Amino acid sequence: MKREVPLFITGAIGLFMILSFFVPHHWVSVPADFLQACAVIVVAFGYVLGGANVLRVNLEGISRRERGWGYKIVLVVSLLGTVAIGIADGLRHNGSFPVEGTPSKWIYDNLYATMSGTMFALLAFFIASAAFRAFRIRTFDAGLLAVAALIVMLGRVPVGDVATSWLPEWLRLGTLQQWIMDVPQNASKRAILIGAALGVMATGLRVILGIERSYLGGED
Amino acid sequence: MTLHPSHDPGIWVGAALTLCIFSFLYRDNPFYKFAEHLFVGVSAGYLIILSYWTVIDSNLVQPLGLAFHGTGTKTANAGMWAASQGDYRGWLLVPAVFGVLLFTRLLPKIGWMSRLALALIIGVYAGIKTTGFAQGDFVAQVQASLQPLWKAGDPAFGINAIVFTVGLITSLLFFFFSREHKGALGVASRVGIGFLMVGFGAGYGYTVMSRISLLIGRLQFLLENWLGLR
Amino acid sequence: MWLATWLSNLDRRWLFLVMGVLVLEPLLFPLSLPLRVTPPVHGFAAAIDSVPAGSTVLMSCDYDPASIPELVPMTRTAFRHLLSRRCKIVITCLWSGGPGLVDSVTSEVAREFPDRRYGVDWVNLGYKSGNEAVMVLMGQGIRNVFPRDFRGNAVATLPIMRSVRDYTSFPLLVNISAGYPGTKEWVQQVQARFHLPMVAGVTAVSAPEFYPYLQSHQLRGMLGGMAGAAEYEVARGEKGTASKGMDAQSLGHLFVALCIVVGNVVSFLQRRRS
Repeated sequence: MKREVPLFITGAIGLFMILSFFVPHHWVSVPADFLQACAVIVVAFGYVLGGANVLRVNLEGISRRERGWGYKIVLVVSLLGTVAIGIADGLRHNGSFPVEGTPSKWIYDNLYATMSGTMFALLAFFIASAAFRAFRIRTFDAGLLAVAALIVMLGRVPVGDVATSWLPEWLRLGTLQQWIMDVPQNASKRAILIGAALGVMATGLRVILGIERSYLGGED
Repeated sequence: MTLHPSHDPGIWVGAALTLCIFSFLYRDNPFYKFAEHLFVGVSAGYLIILSYWTVIDSNLVQPLGLAFHGTGTKTANAGMWAASQGDYRGWLLVPAVFGVLLFTRLLPKIGWMSRLALALIIGVYAGIKTTGFAQGDFVAQVQASLQPLWKAGDPAFGINAIVFTVGLITSLLFFFFSREHKGALGVASRVGIGFLMVGFGAGYGYTVMSRISLLIGRLQFLLENWLGLR
Repeated sequence: MWLATWLSNLDRRWLFLVMGVLVLEPLLFPLSLPLRVTPPVHGFAAAIDSVPAGSTVLMSCDYDPASIPELVPMTRTAFRHLLSRRCKIVITCLWSGGPGLVDSVTSEVAREFPDRRYGVDWVNLGYKSGNEAVMVLMGQGIRNVFPRDFRGNAVATLPIMRSVRDYTSFPLLVNISAGYPGTKEWVQQVQARFHLPMVAGVTAVSAPEFYPYLQSHQLRGMLGGMAGAAEYEVARGEKGTASKGMDAQSLGHLFVALCIVVGNVVSFLQRRRS
């Protein structure tokens, strides 16, 4: 029953959601609407669970004095601090969160937003390093990839058009870049889109029909 | 060009953390590790508290509170179970119970009960995604592919349409693995690989643009918001 | 040959330094390279221009601070474009890291229009978890999903929401998105199911995969990355952060292209020697 009941729930709800796409009658649309509202709420609980799990894992690491446990204290303190301040701010503003001028908004603007942006900005340096050390053209196909990459990279920015402004319009990097995006690139992406759509439809049906059960995890 | 450093302590904290993270480019160091762990802690804490106030409190706790008093958002209906579309009153106990069941994952002995909540989520999304991909991606894209291959007076249109159609069909044939890629299928598959490589190259070019944009954004913050260079 | 050997053993931190200097220099001393507006950007601007003045538009800003340089300029210019056409705007956010940022950006732009009032001319409904489920739910009733807006007001009491029921209340969806959930999901769940006309502003890393949607007219127009944002600013006659960053973008791209070419030349020479 520990596996059969969840499988039945998945199948019944999944089939009902597919049915709601075709049947506009309120006997179908209202329960479907309710199920979606349930999913929105349960997913939010899931995010809270995810955060709680981060806390649990790092507390275990601190108690076992794992390597870098001092930094884990920083993580735990900042997590609990953000939650505590968020609870206080939310209670003070009747559930509105985050409100301009509150400590929570300060944390969001000056800690979260700043560090989030900078973490991803590091990638610019690594992409240059990888282009120099790892991008190797050893086959015809790799050469096609490289040529397309160079044309698109240079054609998408003003320097490409400026450098080729002496050429006829149809030969300039900007025009070539636009043609690559509109025709060959578009064709390949559409093929991937159609293939992926077939795959998702097949996987969705496998999950609903209980053939795909990996999401259940565990042994019992 | 003159310097007008910010007087906002928050901007100075942000700039300091930005430089701590950039220090990783020289080598891994305690400043970077500190900023990294601070970021993970703040992100996780922010996600928890935002999920609570914007969804759990707004869409569950407050409506349930009204339901226990026999009212809801549609005031014409009276009673805890007098639900209508969008105003589910006491029936919201269902997602409340499923949401709490999710937390049993943290307790090994009763962890299997979280599967019920997962089953709800998986069922809803499997259904939504199957129909979404079917109509939005499969049907619409196949329909858009059935285009005329020639337009009178516009040879460029015809050439582009033919190249596009050849590229689409050969790329699709590359993903057909039920037969060995030999003979005509092998040739078509090789042509398809060429188109796919051009697509990946274009994707790489755009990825480079995206990454460099992020660096530009951070440098603009340091120069304009922090140092006030004008 | 010694150059090839030296380059092949080059510490990558020198590459980091050169990249940093090349991106920093145009920000301090602009090159003012000319920008050309491409057809997808024209389509984006034209779609907003075709919205009847005074109608209510849905704008979903699905991103977080990691995408500020690419997507905030698009949000600013699109929001300003809509306000200048006297449109009312209903804003939603499906990324948890986004609502605070989106509220700051839109509030800043709204201050340029002193006669526009929050709750009357525009509203930020805030964030909801649930990805596609939220999109489909909104098709049955926007207020059911968002009982309160980002600022804690009851949505039913806001004047702008009196005429908003579901997707039929909007002539256009303007989606600014950084990934999942985002443009792809809006196309699948809303444009395909509810036939709501749509335009999108996306990060450069995801832009190539949406060209099929442009060609099939599921998207009426698209802004791709900082270049798309800069072109939109040029099309609107503005000089924003995206336009200012394009010179740095140009030098950065040149450097990466050079790295690819030089790296392969060095590798080829070394293979030939061995």
